[in-house]
Amino acid sequence: MPIPSYATPLERLWQYAYRVICALVFLFLIAPILIVIPLSFNIEPYFTFTERMLALDPEGYSLRWYDTLLTFGMQAPDAARDASWWADAWANAHWIKTTKNSIIIGVFSTLLATVLGTLAALGLSRPEMPFRSAIMAVLISPMIVPLIITATGLFFFYSMTGLAGSYVGIILAHATLGIPFVIITVTATLVGFDHSLTRAAASLGASPSTSFFRITMPLILPGIVSGALFAFVTSFDEVVVVLFVAAHDQQTIPRQMWNGIREQISPAILSVATILVIVSIALLTTVELLRRRSERLRGVTPR
Amino acid sequence: MSVTDALTTADGLPLKRALLRADRRARWRAFALVAPLLIFVVVTFLVPIGQMLHRSVHNPAFPDNMPRLTAWFNATPAGTQPDETAFAALAADLREAAAARTVAIVGTRVNYDLPGTRSVFTSTGRKAAGLQPPYREALLKADAKWGDPALWAVMRAASSAYTPGFYLAALDLTREADGSIIAVPPERQVYVPLFLRTFGLSAAITGLCLILAFPIAHLLATLPLRWSNLLMILVLLPFWTSLLVRTTAWIVLLQQQGVINSTLVALGILTDDGRLTMIYNQTGTVVAMTHVLLPFMVLPLYSVMRTINPAYVRAARSLGATSWTAFRRIYLPQTLPGIGAGALLVFILAVGYYITPALVGGASGQLISNLIAFHMQDSLNWSLAAALSALLLGAVVVLYWLYDRLIGIDNMKLG
Repeated sequence: MPIPSYATPLERLWQYAYRVICALVFLFLIAPILIVIPLSFNIEPYFTFTERMLALDPEGYSLRWYDTLLTFGMQAPDAARDASWWADAWANAHWIKTTKNSIIIGVFSTLLATVLGTLAALGLSRPEMPFRSAIMAVLISPMIVPLIITATGLFFFYSMTGLAGSYVGIILAHATLGIPFVIITVTATLVGFDHSLTRAAASLGASPSTSFFRITMPLILPGIVSGALFAFVTSFDEVVVVLFVAAHDQQTIPRQMWNGIREQISPAILSVATILVIVSIALLTTVELLRRRSERLRGVTPR
Repeated sequence: MSVTDALTTADGLPLKRALLRADRRARWRAFALVAPLLIFVVVTFLVPIGQMLHRSVHNPAFPDNMPRLTAWFNATPAGTQPDETAFAALAADLREAAAARTVAIVGTRVNYDLPGTRSVFTSTGRKAAGLQPPYREALLKADAKWGDPALWAVMRAASSAYTPGFYLAALDLTREADGSIIAVPPERQVYVPLFLRTFGLSAAITGLCLILAFPIAHLLATLPLRWSNLLMILVLLPFWTSLLVRTTAWIVLLQQQGVINSTLVALGILTDDGRLTMIYNQTGTVVAMTHVLLPFMVLPLYSVMRTINPAYVRAARSLGATSWTAFRRIYLPQTLPGIGAGALLVFILAVGYYITPALVGGASGQLISNLIAFHMQDSLNWSLAAALSALLLGAVVVLYWLYDRLIGIDNMKLG
């Protein structure tokens, strides 16, 4: 925003102050996330910049905390790093096991949430849908109800039905938590959807399923994928329900981080955090690209 | 006869009926698409929550394990002095419960309402096999507390599986021996002050988020798209970053040996032993939660501000308004829908927050969720946890309903 020529000196001063304020708020938003990245390469077990790090001395930096992520929990962490060492890491290293758990739970709950959520969004965006707003309110509520309440309810429910401590239980719970995100993103994509396209397909003889897979689906796919990514991140980051209903050996990445922070916080946590920040940057980029593609596909001109 | 009645479809049906039927079929088809998810959410979400609500008023520990005494309570009106039959029933129940190892469960249940009574049950349970009539004397000899009218009043209350007692406890109320309900003394109140603190801190966090989000949302809404898209990444990246990562980052920044304190010491602003305590207290909770929830305020504000026509403010200026008047009278009122949406959303999310206060809140920065977790995992008073959850849920549902009425769930946007 250029400062208009008729601005009084006070207004000019305010314009500069306003830019400084905005810069500070952006700093507040982003600095905490970026600060963990250099600190995760600290050679010392401290959470602050050492003098050697500030002097950019390579001696002050190391990959030791990333190495701990691999070796922690291995049977023979000090053996020579050959194929059998890597096999040992793959089978026994604690963080690798938790990553596998997180990915299994995340993928299955995302699939469930995306399939059910997309179907429901298709129904909800039809004008003839009965009780639309009430049903929408119910389907969005898992996002609004505090997680601790959901976790408490699931704890009672799962201990009664025998789902406690099972992967199925966690996957069902995480799917429920991811559903609101799928519904919101897919219905948003369907808002600009031109229904004459499906009618045209039908008039040319396509069955409803053909017209869905050949016409509707390719057009709303960006919305579905970003909804799925939201659902995956929700599951990948969820710890409260896991703490309440998972068995002791069902560790996930956030649960392991939670334990790490509560017990003894070491820079190894920061190296996990750095990896997760990189993952979230990748996800954010994907979602942004999808959003632009979706706008182009639907002919919505970006503002 | 209207025209539509006279018209028929190709197969001879009146057009009106055919249209109605097609309409009904379309509605069923739409509903059939939603039904699988609705059933799924009902089973995995609403049923568990309903079960939790049930548990908050239902605790069968006493009637299940003390059947004879429960029968005596049911047969006599409230306030009846316990007679020899009552003590005989008590002794028989204690003997059986001790043999089935359930006496501690009963003791724990009564202990919720009258602290210090669990040991009365467990110690008498150990001697229960040797109790001889007359039971009144025998039990009073085993533990003089059995003569306490307060204990009998509490046992009578616990003998009914359905009880409002956990809600009373959750609201810091207690029942006198004569059945009247009074507030517990202020120094023993736990839950009401914690609810107040939760709402107070959430309001403070909402206010802080609004103050921080307003200028950047305005900047994003008025900058050319090329620049605002770039700056938007700075808002969306925290939104996509794991909550635990962000909380860890604040621990790293705020702790005594952390980045901020060390920088201030290095700059000579603080002495080495004058390091600020910014974490494991309310400051930690407020700062970290403001950071976590800020994107939820920026996004709705931004989407409303983007639609505001800048010509209005320019018109006001051309009519002689100062920039402050133009902002206050013209711009601010138009942003109110965004302020409402953001503030409600942030407040709803803040009220139920658990992870961040648990990790950075210390003792003074805990919210009601942390106490629910404590009762679920440590004190194991599940019914009280359920009652506290129900109260919190009630507050959230009211706010959610308000959000739906004012803003509409359909207008919720993510990024």
